[in-house]
Amino acid sequence: MTQTLGITVDNISVTYTNSRLALYDASCYVKPGNITALVGPNGGGKSTLFKSIMGFLEPNQGKVNISGLPIHQAQKKQLVAYVPQADEVDWNFPVSVWDVVMMGRYGYMNLFRIPSAKDRRLVKESLTRVGMMDFKDRQIGELSGGQKKRAFLARALAQEAKIMLLDEPFTGVDVKTEKAIIDLLLQLRDSGHTILISTHDLASISTFCNRVILLNQTILASGKTEAVFTEENLAMTFGGLPIRSKKAEKINTIGFD
Amino acid sequence: MLLDWITEPLEYGFMVKALWVSAFVGIVCAVLSCYITLKGWSLMGDAVAHAVVPGVVVAYALGIPFAVGAFLFGFGATVAIGYVKENTRLKEDAVIGVVFTGFFAFGLMLSTKIPSNIDLFHILFGNVLGISQEDIIQTLIAGFITLLVILLRRKDLLLFCFDPNHAKAIGLNTTFMYYTLLLVLALTIVTALQTAGIILVVAMLVTPGATAYLLSDRFDRMLAIAVGTSLLSSILGVYLSYHLDAPTGACIVVLLTLLFVAAMIFAPKYGLLRRSCSKIESDGGYQ
Ligand SMILES: Nc1ncnc2c1ncn2[C@@H]1O[C@H](COP(=O)(O)OP(=O)(O)O)[C@@H](O)[C@H]1O
Ligand SMILES: [Mg+2]
Repeated sequence: MTQTLGITVDNISVTYTNSRLALYDASCYVKPGNITALVGPNGGGKSTLFKSIMGFLEPNQGKVNISGLPIHQAQKKQLVAYVPQADEVDWNFPVSVWDVVMMGRYGYMNLFRIPSAKDRRLVKESLTRVGMMDFKDRQIGELSGGQKKRAFLARALAQEAKIMLLDEPFTGVDVKTEKAIIDLLLQLRDSGHTILISTHDLASISTFCNRVILLNQTILASGKTEAVFTEENLAMTFGGLPIRSKKAEKINTIGFD
Repeated sequence: MLLDWITEPLEYGFMVKALWVSAFVGIVCAVLSCYITLKGWSLMGDAVAHAVVPGVVVAYALGIPFAVGAFLFGFGATVAIGYVKENTRLKEDAVIGVVFTGFFAFGLMLSTKIPSNIDLFHILFGNVLGISQEDIIQTLIAGFITLLVILLRRKDLLLFCFDPNHAKAIGLNTTFMYYTLLLVLALTIVTALQTAGIILVVAMLVTPGATAYLLSDRFDRMLAIAVGTSLLSSILGVYLSYHLDAPTGACIVVLLTLLFVAAMIFAPKYGLLRRSCSKIESDGGYQ
């Protein structure tokens, strides 16, 4: 069994209708068992790359392999979980936190999606792990930014996927929750998960990501954090914007409530 | 007197028939309306309703059941809409506007050229008081298929409305779900055609869900409220139609709309009253 839980992105280009090229000739490899940060400016194509990896959109060219399989097959085997950016979710939808996390289990259920005892147990465990059990009956719009993120993180946990893609998990999240999410991601990595996370919070990256991919319309660099995450490379990626943040110093070790 | 108001119409066979057919149609439409409003497909519903006209005309001309013709053209229109959208740079609303008016106009033209004894007025505005046995059977079949499909696939359909990306991420076939929802949409319109007519069917397909959405945060409750308001409107609507001698479809839709307005004003959480109160109290909290 040659199960390498990596992601291979091979020469992807994406053009949205009515707009310029969002991504061109993007190739990279997401190494198994690591936390990889996908770093780039707003509009740089991070979400577009995620959507290409997940098969949510059809690239004009190129292909993606997940764990050596075509996307759809990997998804059928529940190999990949995706935590969406906050603005992709309809927060007014009449579902509770519990309902949402249960959706992470649908792929394991029979055709009628009737939860088994195991499904319920895993939903409960996932909610507990992100500290959201107390909010399980809330409608999803009735949550703070950090709680919303944790609810969708719980759904990804419930899915028991070995590869996780998180799009901007720290946007609209307080420092404490950010720290707690980071701790959780580190635990997942240590248990063999492969994690790809997009962020523009540069300060925290070197604290938990061992690999970095720099993206601005195409892949500019990728590799180990020490090698790639340099002032020079960042200046190139962000087009010479000053990169200063004190946020990292504020992060202390606090868990979820 | 109230008792007379209720019992008098029941002495007529056509009224009894109209009552239970409308009630059935009300239930089917209400169930689907929850999905349609959440998915944002109201306009699509209107489009399918208009697009069935040529199907009805052709069906009568060929002597096949009207439901078959209506369904084929209604569903065909949705496929055409999908195709045009994929292959042009137009936004969806423009595509829908172009396609359904085209189908509708074609139907109107056909109806005057193909010799048949169909009454255009009945297609446009419904005629549940004069519904034939044959049409009742077709209505029931289309309605029961709709209910069965939704009952069996309700969780997937809800997931598809809420988060199609996640559905894909866990390996579900979203194209299949898309067509399933379109299919039951077309079937529901066939179901409601005789009751509400083409012009008003969209109201039966949207308003119960919209009303319920204002009143609940949980899908199951939303479904129950939608069915409740729809059933009430359908039954009362048939009575009103009898006593006022007004078109049945119109009476039902007016009642549905009144209930919607009531919900809009008085809904405990999302109503206008509640909102203006909470603005004054400036409490942004929940419950
Ligand atoms: N659905 C869309 N339709 C048209 N253009 C889009 C769409 N989504 C993103 N874009 C454009 O593609 C580019 C990349 O966007 P995105 O992948 O969201 O960047 P990021 O996630 O890095 O902020 C941007 O220029 C954006 O305006
Ligand atoms: Mg983005």
